[in-house]
Amino acid sequence: MMLQILSPEGKVADQKQMPQVDDATLKELMRKMVYTRVWDQRAISLNRQGRLGFYAPVAGQEACMIGSQSALAKEDFILPSYRDIPQIVWHGLPLYQAFLYSRGHFHGGQIPEDVNVLMPQIIIAAQITQAMGVAMGFKLKKEKRVAITYIGDGGTSQGDFYEGLNFAGVYKVPAIFFVQNNRYAISTPFSKQTAAESVAAKAQAAGIKGVQIDGMDAIAVYETVREARERALAGEGPTLIEALTFRYGPHTMAGDDPTRYRAQEEMTEWEQKDPLVRFRSYLESKNLWSKEEEDKVIEQAKNEIAEAIKKADAQPKQKVTDLIDIMFEEKTPALQEQYDEYKQKEMK
Amino acid sequence: MAQMTMIQAITDALRTEMKADPNVLVFGEDVGVNGGVFRATDGLQKEFGEERVFDTPLAESAIGGMAVGLGLQGFRPVAEIQFFGFVFETFDAVASQAARMRYRSGGRYNSPIVFRAPFGGGVKTPELHADSLEGLFLQTPGVKVVIPSNPYDAKGLLISAIRDNDPVIFLEHMKLYRSFRGEVPEESYTVPLGKANVVKEGKDVTIVTYGAMVQTSLKAAEQIEKERNVSVEVIDLRTINPIDTETIIASVEKTNRVVVVQEAQKQAGVAAEVIAQINEKAILSLEAPVVRVTSPDTVFPFAAAEDVWLPDPSRVIEGMKKVLDF
Repeated sequence: MMLQILSPEGKVADQKQMPQVDDATLKELMRKMVYTRVWDQRAISLNRQGRLGFYAPVAGQEACMIGSQSALAKEDFILPSYRDIPQIVWHGLPLYQAFLYSRGHFHGGQIPEDVNVLMPQIIIAAQITQAMGVAMGFKLKKEKRVAITYIGDGGTSQGDFYEGLNFAGVYKVPAIFFVQNNRYAISTPFSKQTAAESVAAKAQAAGIKGVQIDGMDAIAVYETVREARERALAGEGPTLIEALTFRYGPHTMAGDDPTRYRAQEEMTEWEQKDPLVRFRSYLESKNLWSKEEEDKVIEQAKNEIAEAIKKADAQPKQKVTDLIDIMFEEKTPALQEQYDEYKQKEMK
Repeated sequence: MAQMTMIQAITDALRTEMKADPNVLVFGEDVGVNGGVFRATDGLQKEFGEERVFDTPLAESAIGGMAVGLGLQGFRPVAEIQFFGFVFETFDAVASQAARMRYRSGGRYNSPIVFRAPFGGGVKTPELHADSLEGLFLQTPGVKVVIPSNPYDAKGLLISAIRDNDPVIFLEHMKLYRSFRGEVPEESYTVPLGKANVVKEGKDVTIVTYGAMVQTSLKAAEQIEKERNVSVEVIDLRTINPIDTETIIASVEKTNRVVVVQEAQKQAGVAAEVIAQINEKAILSLEAPVVRVTSPDTVFPFAAAEDVWLPDPSRVIEGMKKVLDF
């Protein structure tokens, strides 16, 4: 049974399921979702202008990304995949560093000391076993924190996905495995990943709790992650969350053309489930949101993005000696020799 | 001082570091109550408890991933891969994750992990237990690779490896585990990573080697010295990534002749890299081309064919004759 709290029209389907979320949290959730949509649009455009590099669009997945991150505490640790930049930015990574990551600059990975996130993971499912390890660390240190990690539907076919869940179940670690099932891994539909009826069903193989939720419903996502976090902190172990969602854009900006593998009807169907539209109408019905407020967020996002790009532009270019410096705590003799060689070249 | 086998020295190193640092964790397949398939972790769970020495499900990749995760949280994991032939299952965790953690985070995070694994031929193991795969990690920026050849080095190198703040692959040759005893101090001491050891001084020919081939080379040296009026210098690399070029070059400049001896196949291991470094730094000192004594370029042999496949003292002598009579 897929958990849905808000219907696509923004109505509360079942009042009994409606969680107690205060108005300020709801408004902040909306603010971050709108901001993220603007940022996605700007990122695509900046990528086309050559002012950003690697970029995996996020439009359509805002409820998943923002709803889940909003249910975390600052001390919780996020292990993102390559698409999950919004979560780590809302968790504290400065936007200009996210842009530097996109361009391929090491400063993009220099996470500030008080921000509990890892750099985006390119090897699909490596983050799953690492999250299990991070969560085990919390458990051993008896810290009240959880590790959350994200993966797509395609990633659930990887061995590391299963291994990580399985270990997490054995050790009962405080981890949340959040699968954003957007129905496609590049061009491959979910039906070609598995014959299983759902990702959530895969939790059974690891003996852990698995739930399926409407990933276009910000409140369902927020509430499910909040609950999974509570369970984890109470020592009840990990949760696998499958959120059904859709990406409106291409897989990445590196030449993927979704019209080759997705029908227009499918696009239209999912556009009607837009997480922003749904959440907006719900908040408007409660008089918590207005066009003015939304315009203000859009304006703020545009300004901050422009500032962040400027700041990224101002970052000094990388030198080979910088790259040698970050290899080891102490340089090996071979690296010292190469460092000296490149230092000479760089001084010319 | 105590007389210990290499496996006892390894256990002793683990115990020493676990006592000294509460962040050191030991885990892997059957390392807990069983004390490891070779008894390397014998008694540790009893002494330090299940939170510090624990068994894992049978999955090398997740063992590697767990080590990376724990490393991010300030622990110093010593993860065991039951046999190094199984490293392919966790290649990503070692080579793409742990090895790159410091770099890809610009120094924000690191992976202070030791991956311990037995390997090595001569004990008639089944398939994929004994393969010498160290060369793969010589070609992996971001890791160190250590291969001790005796009990004293094993303890000192393992303590250094655990204290190192970057990932170290610590390979233990199965044939050396219990083949001889050596003096091992009971207290804590370190042998520095990246430093070779001249185990036998000589002036006419240098053997550069590591692992079980140190013993093989010493036997060959003794024999050729009896047969001919020559003296052989034997260098035990101890760390094969990074290679101690300085010690090798100093020896080459003295003896002018070099044989590199490894158990790995000719196309694998470290011999080619050692030769390239000698060519770059000491070609004018060479009186003969550097010769490699290795295993042939086949898959590791079926157990009953080990004797004809693995390098033995006679092959090392053959190699030395090639450079001496060039």
